[in-house]
Amino acid sequence: MVTLTMDGRKIEAPEGATLLKAANSANIEIPQLCSNEELEHYGACRLCVVEITHKNRTRIVASCIYEVAEGLEVNTRSERVLNVRKLVIELLLARNPRHPSLLKIAEDLGVKKSRFEAEIKGCILCGQCIRTCREVVGVSAIGYEGRGINKRVATPFEESPPDCIACGSCHFVCPVDVIPMKEKDGVRNIWKTDFPLQKCESCGRYFAPVKQLEYFREQYNLPPEQFSKCTHCR
Amino acid sequence: MEDKVREIISKYDSDKAFLVPILQDVQKEFNHLPHKALHRVSVFLDVPISRIYEVATFYKAFSLTPRGDHQLTVCIGTACHVRGAQNLTDHIERILGIKPGETSGDLKFSFDTVNCVGACALGPILEADGDYHGKMTISKSNKLLKKLGKKVVTDEED
Repeated sequence: MVTLTMDGRKIEAPEGATLLKAANSANIEIPQLCSNEELEHYGACRLCVVEITHKNRTRIVASCIYEVAEGLEVNTRSERVLNVRKLVIELLLARNPRHPSLLKIAEDLGVKKSRFEAEIKGCILCGQCIRTCREVVGVSAIGYEGRGINKRVATPFEESPPDCIACGSCHFVCPVDVIPMKEKDGVRNIWKTDFPLQKCESCGRYFAPVKQLEYFREQYNLPPEQFSKCTHCR
Repeated sequence: MEDKVREIISKYDSDKAFLVPILQDVQKEFNHLPHKALHRVSVFLDVPISRIYEVATFYKAFSLTPRGDHQLTVCIGTACHVRGAQNLTDHIERILGIKPGETSGDLKFSFDTVNCVGACALGPILEADGDYHGKMTISKSNKLLKKLGKKVVTDEED
């Protein structure tokens, strides 16, 4: 355990923990959009910045990727921190001016309107969809395309993603809901591609994408009849 | 295509760490990065195609569309810029009928701009198929384009 000071309070945190995690366990709220317990630390959204003091010098760091250290002094609500957060949320609002989760953070920071001209992209490039697909699902069907101002989330060659199993994790994890997914007549549509759903043998309900069930069977060496019934009928 | 890709990859012991040099070699072989070749690289290296697509779209040196037989690049770094790189760029755009980053319809020429080639004393620089041509002027560029097989109609009397 290491002891550090956060907003004037002495708190303890396990070694190797991030400042964000330490703050959350001490009930200190820090806004963030890209950090996810199931995923590796990433540091994309920059909303979680805090100010650290080290030998008379202060520095702005992203708390979701900065590890706790003995005797570290952290200020999560200094004027400098709040100014950076305001700037960041305004930049994010320029990309997506309407999503409630962004508007909520903006309101909390006292930001009424973005100073920047709207350049609506929807996606805020937090990378949670890509990282979930890679790290949790393990298929890596989607990725980034391009770089700088042209960077965006895309399927390879903007075609139907060959590795996608239609699990919908990217749709679920997206903090600004910009990955559409629809289900109709036994077909799930995601990434502009139709994936047939498996029909339950006994109740006739469509319960999961065929490709996802195939993927599970392959991963865990399950018999072919494993997922012929839905969870209720099993 | 498959054999060629396999040959390139075996040169690097099928090591994923060499993805960029492998893609460079693939591009050299096929003059761009064909989708099929990238899918082969993905299978042989056991790297997801989404990852390869990320790398291929990240670097400006990689092209997913066919390139022209001749590559023309104008340096638009500061030194070249103040010596008239913009005029040169406009001129080449007009002659070839394409914008930077594009390839002419007959696949003869590709045209790009670059932010500095590190030969500022010789600005403006026009790079043609890897050769640097310094102190470039409109009329010198016309000569060069003619040498590369482009018909250049100019107002000047030759």
